[in-house]
Amino acid sequence: MSLSPEQVQQVAHLARLELKPEKTALYAQQLSNILAMVDQLTAVDTTGVMPMAHPLELTQRLRPDVVSEPNRREAYQAHAPAIEAGLFLVPKVIE
Amino acid sequence: MSLHQLSLTAMAQGLATRQFSSRELTQHYLARIAQFDGQLNSFVTVTPEIALAQADAADARLAAGGAGLLTGIPIAQKDIFCTEGVRTACGSKMLDKFVAPYDATIVRKLHADSGMVMLGKVNMDEFAMGSSNETSFYGPVKNPWDLSRVPGGSSGGSVACVAAGLAPVATATDTGGSIRQPAAFTNLTGIKPTYGRVSRYGMIAFASSLDQAGVVARSTEDAALILQAMSGFDALDSTSIERPVDDLVSGLGKSIKGLKIGLPKEYFADGMSAGVRACVEAAIAQLKALGAVVSEISLPNAPLSVPTYYVVAPAEASSNLARMDGVRFGHRSAEAKNLEELYKKSRGEGFGSEVQRRIMIGTYVLSHGYYDAYYLQAQKVRNLIYQDFKRAYETVDVILAPTTTGTAFKFGDNSDDPVAMYLNDIYTIAANLAGIPAMSLPCGFSEGLPVGFQLMGNYFDEARLLNVAHQYQQATAFHTQSPKEFV
Repeated sequence: MSLSPEQVQQVAHLARLELKPEKTALYAQQLSNILAMVDQLTAVDTTGVMPMAHPLELTQRLRPDVVSEPNRREAYQAHAPAIEAGLFLVPKVIE
Repeated sequence: MSLHQLSLTAMAQGLATRQFSSRELTQHYLARIAQFDGQLNSFVTVTPEIALAQADAADARLAAGGAGLLTGIPIAQKDIFCTEGVRTACGSKMLDKFVAPYDATIVRKLHADSGMVMLGKVNMDEFAMGSSNETSFYGPVKNPWDLSRVPGGSSGGSVACVAAGLAPVATATDTGGSIRQPAAFTNLTGIKPTYGRVSRYGMIAFASSLDQAGVVARSTEDAALILQAMSGFDALDSTSIERPVDDLVSGLGKSIKGLKIGLPKEYFADGMSAGVRACVEAAIAQLKALGAVVSEISLPNAPLSVPTYYVVAPAEASSNLARMDGVRFGHRSAEAKNLEELYKKSRGEGFGSEVQRRIMIGTYVLSHGYYDAYYLQAQKVRNLIYQDFKRAYETVDVILAPTTTGTAFKFGDNSDDPVAMYLNDIYTIAANLAGIPAMSLPCGFSEGLPVGFQLMGNYFDEARLLNVAHQYQQATAFHTQSPKEFV
């Protein structure tokens, strides 16, 4: 499987990454090489094999529905790029 | 003997009997960092004020009684672990100004609970993605054994500072070999425990089903002491295991007579250099001399671990790194005119090339039309790799293999070819995919550069792995060698 520079731009868009135009061709070549290496998986017979998402058979623990975390909003917002009145600011999204 | 040549046990004894104070020990290391780290670039942030305050607190605890074995002993923290009030950059421009608002669980356990002293935060590949430390925003770390060579990665700062005696021990993390490969390149002992044994809370996520914290040290005994203090259930990590921690230290002295060691034939086929092969074969002979029974086994799907990993790990990384969006923390572009531009430009500016490549591979294999062919298929092959190990441990106690194909390579040797770089982890990745514990320890030198070998254990069998490694180190002296420019 090889990727064209246009496909790289499309994937970058899905990943919300702005790529420098001069890097697109190199990325296309490198990502194609990686996918070529990965392609050997397609030859493996996995009929009847369960996909394994995780190394351990775990079930999610439950806990009582009580507040266990202190409110540390100020500490967590101290390093935010832009805040106002306890809210994170972003460029205007609704005209 | 200088302070930085002492084992952790000898250090603890010196502190307990007041031969030296924690402040003196800490100052000794801070002075060595100031003297030598300009050559190595192993520390990203040195924290002398915190270190001396923790040392004074440790000295008070030692004087008052109630000190633990590790109280007052310094340690370096990989910059992937959140440290409250201290920058936690994870090797990335994205987090260059990120001051963590809380401590990782292992940071709390090692410092608040055990009374260890934090010397600082050490360098690493960006978001732990790399095998050479060349992807760090803070520049590459040099290998103390040869400054023209890489220390390995991603835990390059951790191994360089310990190998050079700038810290007695360091924390590290391993997603595909990031503890074991750098340990092998710098003559250290490094262990990645069973997935879920050490809390991942506050450890910046790369690939959540593979990431596991561990330690790099100058001996198995040192590694066991730290791993003991780091391990244990943590309700803050949903994949932490509710299971008591074995005693990792008291069984180190047991004989390994009759121990069954498996040698997977797939790991001993072509691929490793003659120098590495000679050292690993000598290690096998030494373990036989200690009474181990060695047999050939097969892990038929192990050769598929690299392609499997390069689907699973980037897929998880692309999801985990979505949180780096320039909104709540981390780098925000000054150029953005709208929200989409804010995301794209912040991430385009904040992430380096290797991280961008992996995010794109991950996005691609998870995207509509490719999910079944890549991601689902990789998860199935992962299951086959896991089954191989399960079968093997029905007949053997531990599996022995090389850690790396060669010794530390030169800067730039693999950095233009991602696939060549990825193949560096060919022997280490399978343990992460299966979730089993694995370690690397020194077994000789090839043309003056360290060689390591790997021991892989069954689930939760850290105590046995460490026992085997310790017995090997009682009979050999490779691990006692240090790079001579840093004595």
